[in-house]
Amino acid sequence: MSLTRDDVAHLASLARIDLSEAELDRMLGELTVILDAVALVQQAPTDGVEPMSHPLPLTNVTRPDVPRPGLTAEEALSGAPEQEQQRFLVPRILAED
Amino acid sequence: MTSDLTRLTASEMSDLLSRKEISSVELTQAHLDRTAAVDGTVHSYLHVDTAGALAAAKAVDEKRAAGADLHLMAGVPIAVKDVMATKGLPTTCGSKMLEGWIPPYDATLVTKLRAAGMPILGKTNMDEFAMGSSTEHSAWGPSHNPWDLTRIPGGSGGGSSSVVASFQAPLAIGTDTGGSIRQPAAVTGTVGTKPTYGGVSRYGLVALASSLDQAGPCARTVLDTALLHAVMGGHDPRDSTSIDAPVPPVVEAARTADVSGLTIGVVKQLGGAGYQAGVRARFDESVQLLVDRGAKVVEVDCPNFDYALAAYYLILPSEASSNLAKFDAMRYGLRVRPEGVDDPSAEQVMAASRDAGFGDEVKRRIILGTYALSSGYYDAYYGQAQKVRRLIADDFSRAFEVADVLVSPTAPTTAFPIGEKLDEPMAMYLNDVATIPANLAGVPGMSLPSGLADEDGLPTGIQILAPATMDERLYAVGSALERALVEQWGGPLLDRAPDLTAHPSAHPTADPKEA
Repeated sequence: MSLTRDDVAHLASLARIDLSEAELDRMLGELTVILDAVALVQQAPTDGVEPMSHPLPLTNVTRPDVPRPGLTAEEALSGAPEQEQQRFLVPRILAED
Repeated sequence: MTSDLTRLTASEMSDLLSRKEISSVELTQAHLDRTAAVDGTVHSYLHVDTAGALAAAKAVDEKRAAGADLHLMAGVPIAVKDVMATKGLPTTCGSKMLEGWIPPYDATLVTKLRAAGMPILGKTNMDEFAMGSSTEHSAWGPSHNPWDLTRIPGGSGGGSSSVVASFQAPLAIGTDTGGSIRQPAAVTGTVGTKPTYGGVSRYGLVALASSLDQAGPCARTVLDTALLHAVMGGHDPRDSTSIDAPVPPVVEAARTADVSGLTIGVVKQLGGAGYQAGVRARFDESVQLLVDRGAKVVEVDCPNFDYALAAYYLILPSEASSNLAKFDAMRYGLRVRPEGVDDPSAEQVMAASRDAGFGDEVKRRIILGTYALSSGYYDAYYGQAQKVRRLIADDFSRAFEVADVLVSPTAPTTAFPIGEKLDEPMAMYLNDVATIPANLAGVPGMSLPSGLADEDGLPTGIQILAPATMDERLYAVGSALERALVEQWGGPLLDRAPDLTAHPSAHPTADPKEA
């Protein structure tokens, strides 16, 4: 199966990255080469093999439910692009109409 | 005199400091002077913290003068990869996305360095968000290999490898997701370890692929690497994947350096076609030296390693596309408004910011990961890669039934020229072919110098791999081999690297150094 330019544009929009026309063209070529290479996984002898998501066996980790200090509001806002009244100031979320 | 201090090992520095023959201020200043002299050409650092390092050094000297009980490594300066959060110090991950970001907290391992009294000299360069094998994907330009300034120092941790190889720091922090500590070590003639997954806390490490990322030590000798490993490692309640057990006895193993009776497995799949002749020759000689010291050698078959690179370049982009979703221009990092849009929405600002803030390689991997995880392709790509991951872990388990450690060349080639592979992503990815299996399985790995390739005179590396949580075996074998090699060479390999102060200090790329 081969990737189309529209596929790449759709993936970029899902990933919330505005790609220029030139970037889309280049990305299509590069991704096609990479996808051809990684498709090798489909030839591995994986019948009946359990997928592995993590390198070590995981157990649930809990801790006593006691408060501990976190960042102050000032610290949490220290990297904010914009702020107002001790809040993150963000662009509009909803459309106007 | 002070310039000579930078040539000592960290272990020697620690001895001189505890005997009060040198002060930490003297030692730290010597490294800052070295940086002033050579980093214009090497470009290891993104940020040098002159004032902070000297203040930390002075504090340690005062405590020592007052008779305080200090950590073994107190006063020994260190460089930290720019992927670790450092309170009050810029942390960019080599990305425009985080230009000027100053974290309000320290990564756990940085807290440990500060608690041990180790002055932090600065933050080292890296491929953007640790995606790359050359540092060419850094938004601030590449670092240069001290052996040949026209060549790459490896990646993503090329800032950390070049900083120790150019004697600007005795020790550095690295992170290794697919080889980013080991491959840079191999191409710069230095030592680096990826500990067992979970051996070092990931709290405050800006995540690339959470199930693969592991921070570890970079240094010039195996013992120094062990000393730093012991400072960094150990359980952290703030990282629920960190191993709740003491750090393996790495320093003791490095000092003992005993390989008699050990079985060493040479991995059949790592080291044949595609590996440079000089890399193979130095590897074969190193294996023979271990045999001379009492080890036994067997060949081990890990057939599924042939699928490791493909599985890795599905699993990593998938995890990265999720982890990097947090760079959304809302709470921190770059915010850019799209051109020609009145009153843009949050989503439009997000997309414009991610286009402006991320470099090509990061965009490529995020989009690849988005594809691998998308419905309709999930089973064929991500799901299949996870099954291959299991097969690779099973190959390791079988191999460790017959061998105590496994060995291979660390990287297929010596350092390549800057620019050579930049436009061919797959060619760049192949640099990690021998290092990736360890990350997929979570086992520890080390690279140490095995010599210089005959054809180009550049450093080659040998990789040692051990079963999970048996990190000490890396140090026993690495240290034994290092002793044999240094004896053969008549001194450390880095003694043969060029004198960087002879070069004109013109730097070819933009440099955002602030202090």
